[in-house]
Amino acid sequence: MPENQQKLIHTFGALAELGHEVSQKNNFQEMIRTSLHLLLGALGIMRGGVARYSRFGHELNMLAVRGLGDEFPLSLTICNEDERQFLTNGTVPIEIAQAKVLPFFQIYDRSFAAKKLELLVPLVIRDEIVGVVLLGEKANGEPYSSYDRDIICAMTRHIGVGIAQRNLMAELERRAEENRRLYDDLRMTYKDTVKAFATAIDCKDKYTEGHSVRVGKYSEIIAAELGWDDEQVEGAAVAGYLHDVGKLTVESSIINSPHRINAKETAALNKHPVIGYEILLPIHHPYADVPLAAKYHHERLDGRGYPDELCDRDIPYIAKIVCLADSFDAMTTDRPYKRRRPANEVIEDLQYNAGRQFAPELVTAFCRAMLKEITLETKQKKFRRLLGREYLEADGIVPLLKNALNGMNGTSSLTLVSLD
Amino acid sequence: MNTNYKVSVETSGETAIVYASDYLNKLSGERIERECRRQIDAGCRTIVVNFGETEIVNSIGVSILLGVIDAASGAGARVVFSDVNEDTIELFEMLGLTNHVAIQG
Repeated sequence: MPENQQKLIHTFGALAELGHEVSQKNNFQEMIRTSLHLLLGALGIMRGGVARYSRFGHELNMLAVRGLGDEFPLSLTICNEDERQFLTNGTVPIEIAQAKVLPFFQIYDRSFAAKKLELLVPLVIRDEIVGVVLLGEKANGEPYSSYDRDIICAMTRHIGVGIAQRNLMAELERRAEENRRLYDDLRMTYKDTVKAFATAIDCKDKYTEGHSVRVGKYSEIIAAELGWDDEQVEGAAVAGYLHDVGKLTVESSIINSPHRINAKETAALNKHPVIGYEILLPIHHPYADVPLAAKYHHERLDGRGYPDELCDRDIPYIAKIVCLADSFDAMTTDRPYKRRRPANEVIEDLQYNAGRQFAPELVTAFCRAMLKEITLETKQKKFRRLLGREYLEADGIVPLLKNALNGMNGTSSLTLVSLD
Repeated sequence: MNTNYKVSVETSGETAIVYASDYLNKLSGERIERECRRQIDAGCRTIVVNFGETEIVNSIGVSILLGVIDAASGAGARVVFSDVNEDTIELFEMLGLTNHVAIQG
């Protein structure tokens, strides 16, 4: 075979393989190592290296080397902007021996000379330097021909594209991560705002201090026990925190009345779900159902609730959760006109009202979560923190919870409603 | 990449025969170069690379062989290529590898 023909086949074979290698989504380091092998092997070059440019440190960091030894610097610093610009403008391989006027080539002259490096090829993609390829002498001892330089330019362009792709991916990953962190920060800010709001709501009612926060936590417990994902659980908690926001507009004398309030006062108080809905509706919440939870948390499955006397399926699910959490907290905290009820009574009340006031599956989930904590099936201490240790460890609570769970197993809300 | 691949080597005195096989043409061929370096470090003065089972040598293979040549020359060892077919000899001549190695049989 004529030498020229064989040379063509060999180098074009290398070029084709290089193109394939760069287009594959393989390991980046392996891609660079393979690319360097292909370039050196295509032209019989004794040694060389591929470096990636870091615009942060203005450095060329070696990604792959062949025959440069341990003493060759792993990182080459570009001295100034003029040099970077000089490399960026480079469209042809730079003769290292003729570039010594630049500080960069002076600084690394010894390293380049020790390894007989002859060419530095800037890898420029879209007018940005992404790296360089360093090439040593050819095995045949001949100088680089114009044919060699053309092949080098073609092959190094592929390598440059490979590095640029990698940079782009890294940048995308970095931005995605940054976005995720910003989103987390926003969510945290939102949650903190919601909690602050809940505290503000509770401040208005001196007798039910901490009520909104506790309802948020009970709602969170129920949603988690239902197996909802983290975001949904968080949404349930927020709905609980804000369910009584409408109370901010109700007169303090009504909310803080030490006696049972009269019909007129009750009518004023009972407006708080609709007012809460109107307050929350214009706000863009990350969780869609927050305003609905405020509006319908006093609805009952049997249609005897307010404001709209909705029945079972018409009541938004989130409102059913908040309703249960709200009622549970009302029963388990002291009120000005009523002491908190003992745990056994509360559980019996939940069981009795499952299907009447509360969705049975939610009562089941709530009781199950409580039982898991009491029997130490879970290490969480959410109920203990909210209710106090002694309250939960009263005699007979565990059998009562088990009984409630057995009694409600397989009972749908519809059948219970029909019994009422 | 076949990670179970082992380089075939025979040693006799200060000579090591390393079988190139087709792995020479892949990134896994770097093991052949590492094995040659290991043999040189262990005192081998002659590295024989056998191409009996190597049909063609691509650019990766050439680069790996240049690595073997570089390692041997740095340690004052000799490299011999044996059982090389004619096309491959022509390639080695064209790229200048034959300036650094002896071709045998």
